[in-house]
Order: sequence, then structure tokens, then C-alpha cells
Amino acid sequence: MDFLPLSIIIVYVFLSISLLISLVRVILGPSLPDRVVALDMISFIVISLIAVYTISSGHPVYLDVAIVLALIAFLGTIAFARFVFKRAEKERNRA
Amino acid sequence: MPASCSNGQKRRGIVLEVIAGILLITGGFFVFVAAVGILRLPDILMRMHASTKAGTLGAGLILLAVAFTYAEIGIISRVIAAIAFILMTAPVAAHTIGRAAYQSGITFWKGTIVDELQDYYHRSSKINTKSDKIPDID
Repeated sequence: MDFLPLSIIIVYVFLSISLLISLVRVILGPSLPDRVVALDMISFIVISLIAVYTISSGHPVYLDVAIVLALIAFLGTIAFARFVFKRAEKERNRA
Repeated sequence: MPASCSNGQKRRGIVLEVIAGILLITGGFFVFVAAVGILRLPDILMRMHASTKAGTLGAGLILLAVAFTYAEIGIISRVIAAIAFILMTAPVAAHTIGRAAYQSGITFWKGTIVDELQDYYHRSSKINTKSDKIPDID
């Protein structure tokens, strides 16, 4: 077996386990910011998965999907952070 | 095409494939380390440190492997754009969510002994900074 297909399989295994582990943190996460950080990690893992699929499928078009996903994930994290911030502000005003 | 030229191109392809494979395995390992850090580290600021640094490095290495596999100018420029974008946005996102988490009153790890922000922000729970010794870690 060639080196590149073997390493692609190894990386798929690594990334799948990482996805499951991060999903456990999304489920367990004691507070909302924990879950947001874990979701950010999941978006990193999915970007990496798309990059590996770009290599294994032989279609370089999928690289654009990874770029767009990086953009959307950044916007999502910023929006979640703003939501957490506003909620903390509201609770502080109520107290 | 002469035989020697095609031979050299084949060798160049093999070298690029090996470099791409090494980059892939290294990047996958770093992403795995980041995910283990997300699961195992005790409080949110430490988890964020694992996911931001190791995750950025891992995703960047895997994207670099794409550039080495295809070795075309269009793909390489897109990979560079993606890596630059990740390098610029990951610290900003981590900073924003860390500040929001601090303000929302997360509980720190019990070994935390210094909180330099507590005079600048109003938060509900404060850590005990009176004791100088580091508590036992189980």
C-alpha cells in the first residue's frame, strides 16, 4: 500500500475519534460557554475532514467548501459569544 | 517526452506524496490532541487554550497537505488564503468567547491562584486569592 492512502485512512480515524470526543464535551459541558468552545472545535475538525476529503476524492473543488465553512464558523462563534455576553449582562442587571 | 524526464516527474510526485502524508498524520495528531484537551482539561479557559492553539495548528497542517498533494498555483493560493483566514480569526473568536465566559461567571479550576481581571470587571463569583500556596491536585 502506498504511503498517502494509508496516511489518509489514519487521519480519518484520528479525526473521527476527535469528533466523537468533542461531541461528548458538547453533551456534558456544564455551562453554555463550554458548549460554544466545543462547537468551535467541532468546526475545526470538520474543516480538517473536508480538507482530507479533498485529497482522497481527487476533486480540488471541495477546498472552497472548507474556506466557506471556516468563515461561517467564525461568525457563529462571535454570535454565540455575543449571546453569552448579553445574557450575563441581563442577569447582572436583574441581581 | 524523454524517459529521464518522466522518471524525474514520477520521483517528484512520490516526494510530494510523502511530504503530504507526513503533514496529514502530524495535523491529524494535533487535532486529536486538541480534542482530548477539550474533554480532559478542568476549566473553560484551559479547554479554549487547547482547542485554539492545537486545533489551529492541526487544521493548518492538514490544509498544507492539500497544497502539497495538488501542487497547482490555484490550489496553493486558496490553501494560503484559508490558513491565513484561520490564523486571523481563531484568536479573535477565542478572545471574545473567553471574555464573555469570564463575565458570565464561570467557575475556575480550584488550583487557580491569580485573577488579574477581577478589579476591571464585575462578576458574580470571585476566586479566593488570599492563600498563596497552590492547593493539592488530585
